[in-house]
Amino acid sequence: MKIWKFGDNIDTDAIIPGRFLTINDPAELATHAFEGIRDEFSKEVKKGDIIVAGRNFGCGSSREHAPLALTGAGIQMVVAQSFARIFYRNSINVGLLPVICPRASEISETDQVVPHLDEGYLDVSGKKLPTEPVPEFLRRIIDAGGLVAYAKTIRSEDLCIK
Amino acid sequence: MAGTITEKIFSARCGKEVTAGEVVMAPISGAMIHDITGPLAIEKFYEMGGEKVFDPAKIIMLFDHQVPADSLNAAENQKNMRIFAKEQGIYNYDIKEGVCHQVTLEKGRVSPGDIVIGSDSHTCMYGAVGAFATGVGSTDMGFALRYGCLYFRVPESIRAHVTGRFQERVGAKDLILNIIKDITVDGATYKTVEFTGDTIESLNMAGRMTCCNMAIEMGGKAGIVPPDQVTKEYLSGRGTWREENLASDPDAVYASWRDYDVSDLVPQVAVPHNVDQVVDVTEIAGTHVDQVFIGSCTNGRFEDLKEAALVLGDRKFSDDVRVLVIPASKTEYLKALRAGLIEQFVQAGALVEAPCCGPCMGGSFGLIASGEVSFSTSNRNFRGRQGSTEGKVYLGSAATAAATAIRGEITDPREVR
Repeated sequence: MKIWKFGDNIDTDAIIPGRFLTINDPAELATHAFEGIRDEFSKEVKKGDIIVAGRNFGCGSSREHAPLALTGAGIQMVVAQSFARIFYRNSINVGLLPVICPRASEISETDQVVPHLDEGYLDVSGKKLPTEPVPEFLRRIIDAGGLVAYAKTIRSEDLCIK
Repeated sequence: MAGTITEKIFSARCGKEVTAGEVVMAPISGAMIHDITGPLAIEKFYEMGGEKVFDPAKIIMLFDHQVPADSLNAAENQKNMRIFAKEQGIYNYDIKEGVCHQVTLEKGRVSPGDIVIGSDSHTCMYGAVGAFATGVGSTDMGFALRYGCLYFRVPESIRAHVTGRFQERVGAKDLILNIIKDITVDGATYKTVEFTGDTIESLNMAGRMTCCNMAIEMGGKAGIVPPDQVTKEYLSGRGTWREENLASDPDAVYASWRDYDVSDLVPQVAVPHNVDQVVDVTEIAGTHVDQVFIGSCTNGRFEDLKEAALVLGDRKFSDDVRVLVIPASKTEYLKALRAGLIEQFVQAGALVEAPCCGPCMGGSFGLIASGEVSFSTSNRNFRGRQGSTEGKVYLGSAATAAATAIRGEITDPREVR
């Protein structure tokens, strides 16, 4: 497992540039992730790697291609001090785990990170860094494995269709 | 109970009183999909077992990002969306009408009090007519297309209360850049930015759209202007005007309240590479530019083109600058054409393109190369946004863009007389 560290305000154009948005396949999107910003990412990223970032990760576009590019690259979770709203929700919907950790800046690329999200912390090479709890309704979507899977479990009386 | 306009809209649509922080399953009044995020939304709709969309009349489809199709992938995506629209009975504006947000509003598809979603972050622009509108991803859109509703966390609101009269050649774009500078790129995350005050009331619909459009650049979930007489006049003959009390109560609870006075505001420019890196134009005047783009959902309306044309007069654009003028919609294009503005721009040396997003997102034509500088009336100056990650994008008003295009360097529009 490798940790990929990024700074504040990593926008969706940085994660996947606009010229690749006609691609819908996560694996193919992954080959262009962070292109022009961090070219080694798509070549060296491995399944199970973690992204650690600062504030406002995923700001900008509603493009779901951004979290999809990261799932396609095998990223299991993104740990950030804070997330932009649409990216946070898109991540949960497509099965990429966004973890809010106000002390994310204390994590270095050489650390070992083991999540204990139910208990509310990350074990970072033996140090406990608190994480923010996920709102209950989002928890249900995460537990189902994303919004598509969750949609199949909801009762019609909870919806607006007649 | 006292509420913000946002709480009131959610309460009315959900049929029960809700307050900020609550999570609700709310019925949507409308949904918009375009050529970039639409194909994935359709894929998700089917993955969820969808067969028929909840109500084809409430869905708006059009293509604006890659128009006309500029690659085989784009052509295939658009073909598949056309098939979906036909099968589902959705009216598809296709490539003919212009940029999604402009078209959605000018076709009267949004009314005050609506809850509208679009699979584009600048969907918050529809708050200009007093709707709660927000951008969502493709999976959320697929869900909404199927069920006609979506989960929302009812947001808290930030009140941006604006007073004072603009100086000449200063306007809505300068105001919103100044507000973003103050609130910062993530200062409104998960919140509605509610614009009020006599300055906002005096803004025409084009200016209100510019302000609401950029609420997302502060992290906002929505931007909203309480509907009034200006809204009513805009909607007459196109949307549904609802005569109801759609304004926040005097004792509504806000996350924060911020006052702005525009009396002394000078033209504002966002410098690379964040939208809250905003300075007075005077601080960076003289910066060389290679390309000027006047257009986009933020500032591609007739009023913007008119402003640019007023600054231009009978001058020519600098030979050192590529000037792209792209009206936001067919309607705005025709207005500009009839007013003689298109001829004025072409004579001055601009390329005038058919209505579409143009270089705004950097997915299609008009990209900048490494080391090049773009001055743009659009909404984002992220690194690589309009082409090379080694390029730079500055943002400002149409007046500042025109002045900049005349001189070939960033120029205070008040200096070009």
